[in-house]
Amino acid sequence: MNHTILQIKDVSKVYPSGQNNLTVLEDINFSINQGETLSIVGPSGSGKTTLLGLCAGLDYPSEGEVILDGQSLNNLSENERALIRNQKIGFIFQDFQLIPTLTAIENVAVPLELRGDKTAMPVAEKLLARVGLSDRSHHYPSQLSGGEQQRICIARAFSSAPAILFADEPTGNLDDETGSQIEALLFALNHEEGTTLVIVTHDLDLANRTNRIIRLKGGHVISDQYINSVHD
Amino acid sequence: MLFRINISTLYMTSWLFLFRTAYRDSRKNRGKLVLFMSSIILGIAALVAINSFNYNLLKDIDREAAGLLGADLAVTGNRPLGPNSQKILDSLEANQASEVEMLSMAYFPDKGTSQFVRIKALDGSFPFYGRLETSPAEAAHSFQVDQSALVDETLMLEQNLKIGDRLKLGEESFVISGSLKAGIGNVGLTSSFAPMVYIGQQYIQKTGLIQPGSLINYSYYYLVDPTFPIDVWKEERVDEFRKESMSMETIGDRQANVSDAFNGLYNFLNLVALVALLLGCIGVASSVFIYIKSKIPAIAIFRCLGLKPRDAFFIYFFQILIVGAISVIVGASLGSLVQVLLPEILDDFLPFEVAFQISWKAILEGILIGLSMTLLFSLLPLLSAKNISPMRTLRLVDNPGSKWSDRWNLVIYLAIALSLILFLLRMTGDWKLSLYFTLGLFGAFVLLFAVAQLIIILLRRYFPRQWSFELRQGISNLYRPNNQTAILLVSIGLGTAVLTTLFIVQGFLLKNVESMDAGNQPNMFFFGIESSQKDSLAQLVSQRDMPLIQQLPIVTMRLEGWKGKSKSDWLSDTTRAARGWAIHRESRVTYRNYLDDNEKLIRGDFNKTADGVSDSIFISLATSYSEAMDIDLGDELVFNVQGAMLRTYVGSIRKIDNANMRARFLILFPPGILEDAPQFHVLVTKSPDPATTAEVRNLVVKTFPNVSVIDLGMVLETIREILTKVSYIIQFMAVFCILTGLVVLLSSLLLSKYQRIKESVLLRTLGASKQQINRINITEYFLLGTLSALTGTLIAISASYLIARFQMELEFHLNWIPVIIMFVSVVVFTVLIGLLNSREIVNKAPLEVLRKEVG
Repeated sequence: MNHTILQIKDVSKVYPSGQNNLTVLEDINFSINQGETLSIVGPSGSGKTTLLGLCAGLDYPSEGEVILDGQSLNNLSENERALIRNQKIGFIFQDFQLIPTLTAIENVAVPLELRGDKTAMPVAEKLLARVGLSDRSHHYPSQLSGGEQQRICIARAFSSAPAILFADEPTGNLDDETGSQIEALLFALNHEEGTTLVIVTHDLDLANRTNRIIRLKGGHVISDQYINSVHD
Repeated sequence: MLFRINISTLYMTSWLFLFRTAYRDSRKNRGKLVLFMSSIILGIAALVAINSFNYNLLKDIDREAAGLLGADLAVTGNRPLGPNSQKILDSLEANQASEVEMLSMAYFPDKGTSQFVRIKALDGSFPFYGRLETSPAEAAHSFQVDQSALVDETLMLEQNLKIGDRLKLGEESFVISGSLKAGIGNVGLTSSFAPMVYIGQQYIQKTGLIQPGSLINYSYYYLVDPTFPIDVWKEERVDEFRKESMSMETIGDRQANVSDAFNGLYNFLNLVALVALLLGCIGVASSVFIYIKSKIPAIAIFRCLGLKPRDAFFIYFFQILIVGAISVIVGASLGSLVQVLLPEILDDFLPFEVAFQISWKAILEGILIGLSMTLLFSLLPLLSAKNISPMRTLRLVDNPGSKWSDRWNLVIYLAIALSLILFLLRMTGDWKLSLYFTLGLFGAFVLLFAVAQLIIILLRRYFPRQWSFELRQGISNLYRPNNQTAILLVSIGLGTAVLTTLFIVQGFLLKNVESMDAGNQPNMFFFGIESSQKDSLAQLVSQRDMPLIQQLPIVTMRLEGWKGKSKSDWLSDTTRAARGWAIHRESRVTYRNYLDDNEKLIRGDFNKTADGVSDSIFISLATSYSEAMDIDLGDELVFNVQGAMLRTYVGSIRKIDNANMRARFLILFPPGILEDAPQFHVLVTKSPDPATTAEVRNLVVKTFPNVSVIDLGMVLETIREILTKVSYIIQFMAVFCILTGLVVLLSSLLLSKYQRIKESVLLRTLGASKQQINRINITEYFLLGTLSALTGTLIAISASYLIARFQMELEFHLNWIPVIIMFVSVVVFTVLIGLLNSREIVNKAPLEVLRKEVG
């Protein structure tokens, strides 16, 4: 039987906006099994990023419940959520979000070092080699190109062997060719590690490489579709 | 591979990781961090310098106190020892010496000039500790036996006197046998008004200067066996001596007295250092605030990767702790070096040379105070690091404040206020003063913040939309996000306020001194005039068209009892409210039937005093005396007028205006009572110019050698000299405030540079010329400088007005020149530093700047 890694139950998110409330997400329900690859697509303002933030425990839902690996995130303190993020979740961002004052290898090692893992540096070195950036390990983010920064970000995301990986427009800031290389790298690593992958994207080609596509519009799920394409 | 986590076994992020991350994260920011923290360096330096100096001074006072008193015991009064005191002292096994000290005129026949001097007529081998430093050295011993005099070294130089020249004191001539480099017990500045002249005591009678009513101080010195418990002996007998109006002082008392005398100066210097330190702390707080702001994206990523809120705080806390500690240590080391300068600056106020020594106590205190203040001020912005949401990695979100952090902010504010009060309390020992100073400082902060907020609101509401682009851009920088208006207004404004207050206070002190010599105010006083000389002296003065402003008889008397009890009964009454100085003083009393121009009747009926014909004698008292004696209208006072007892009653109470120079009388008798008592006279006049003053002075000294002349011009010169020296110290300390202000200004502006650099580069990219960028910057910094200087100046004027009226009780004068100079300097400096800051942006290619500063 497939193990459910993420369950979203009746989730809504409302932001106060001046005198009124702005409902960004309303009554969202879905669950994701271990090893699944899934895309969340939709037009700008449809609530994709908000949903990603809720799934990853970066924000609290106004209503409903987010259950990650059998653990409800709703009633956890900030410290407990931080622990969950460190142990179970990986992130890839559109604008890379590397820490500018740390070198490439230090950026990759951060999640393991946070755990107090003594093997942080050797693991980071291996991952850098895997993404093809061994020779840039002591460079700062400002000394790397966009594609290189995103590869570092992918290496960092996989460094803690997460149960689930969230990627927010991972190729959004890159040219087509670099974007394709990053996509290939992301799916290859995901395949090797057996990680659950959730991608938020506008790019339907990228979305079509996942097993399943959830479409959002106006804060509602308008379709949740399994597709047969198999990633490379 | 999946694994389940037990949430209850939360891991502790290793401290090693936090230290390592703090270290790594600081690598690219160390320059900035050091600059941000450097604003506390000078404050700490000032504090350590002053405390080191003070501890060394206290240590030296302990060592030198014997030399300052010159004996184990000194008994002093303004009449010779009474029979009881003499009897007690006779029983003391000790070496003995005595001194008769008085103020009088000295005439130098070889030069034809004269000078008001302090005569010290010695008998015995005093000082027992220390020595009179003279040139030649042997003169220190010979002057007591060969009718010669030791004359103050400075006076010798001023009057161009040589060893062997003659000196006339009263009727007697002396040969100057030595120049006096250092006497006993007197500090430099008092001797510039009345320089010291030492003679043998056996010759003082011959001078004819000792007359009833002369101002004479008698001192008796004793050297006892080192094992003799002189302090205990003194304590047991001090009341007996007090009954005969004699005071006693041991080396222990002298230590305490000298320390007390310097305490005021030490407190003042410490207060200025504290202000410099606080200015620096504000700089630190603003720097840390901006630093944390620049770290928000990194903190959000760390949080996303699993860093706990508390650990985000600790990463930056460690950075601030380390850089703060380095800055504080640098400040403390600098302070230890700067203290070498303090003895040079304070030279004229010190009774001896203070040795330079490293004071570890002062350094440790400085480091502790500095570090705790730095951390307290840093905690306010640092705590915000805990509230940064990991959601910021995905989109811009507001940081939610929490009740928790609000509570902590309040705790920190209270801790800052409390540590300030405790620091001041330790320094002054006066909790009221500590509280008021803290409240005053807090008020200044609030006012400056309020002005900043008001400016922001007004600019938003009445923004000049029709003005040129550069002006609009410069003005809008004052209220746009990341503006520095509040922090610059507080730091520059407070710095300006402190310095301007110092200048204004110094200015009105000088002005008050000068006004004493203005208009028809008298400027020459003759005293010690015998009745037979009175008319001829008045004639001498009138012949030169000088007005006789006051010409009054003076009778000396002592209080024997009041309110129906004798003085000795009152002295043994521990509940009495009367003050010692008022009880024991030898009163110089005059009699007249009118109120003087500077006197005002407060209570009672002055006619009772004026008619002088009733059976009872009604006298008039000055408010200060009646308050000090705790007596009022109708109360009885008994005076001993050179042997005769006079019972009097208080008929009226007068207030005397101290602002002008006149002979002031605390006790005024009616005419018809004292006419036959032994008396001398005073004459007060106004000399038109210094030449006439010198001529009259020399003539009077020659014709009436016993008459003393005080030339107000000379007194004013001395006061001016003292004030100049005091202001020199103030300026030296003010340098710390100015430099700290500049560093805060520089770091604040550099911070705003990091904030603004993207915008400036964007403007450059969009085609803004160098001149346009400069005009925008000049507008912004000119407005900031002007508003800060204006608010600071207003605070300074209010503060100095309050100091003048309520602290010093003087008339408030505002000398605009230093205020305007200060104002303009602050504005010019702000604009210059602002322009200096942006010169890179205007001179280099936009992309190059962006890569260097932001990348």
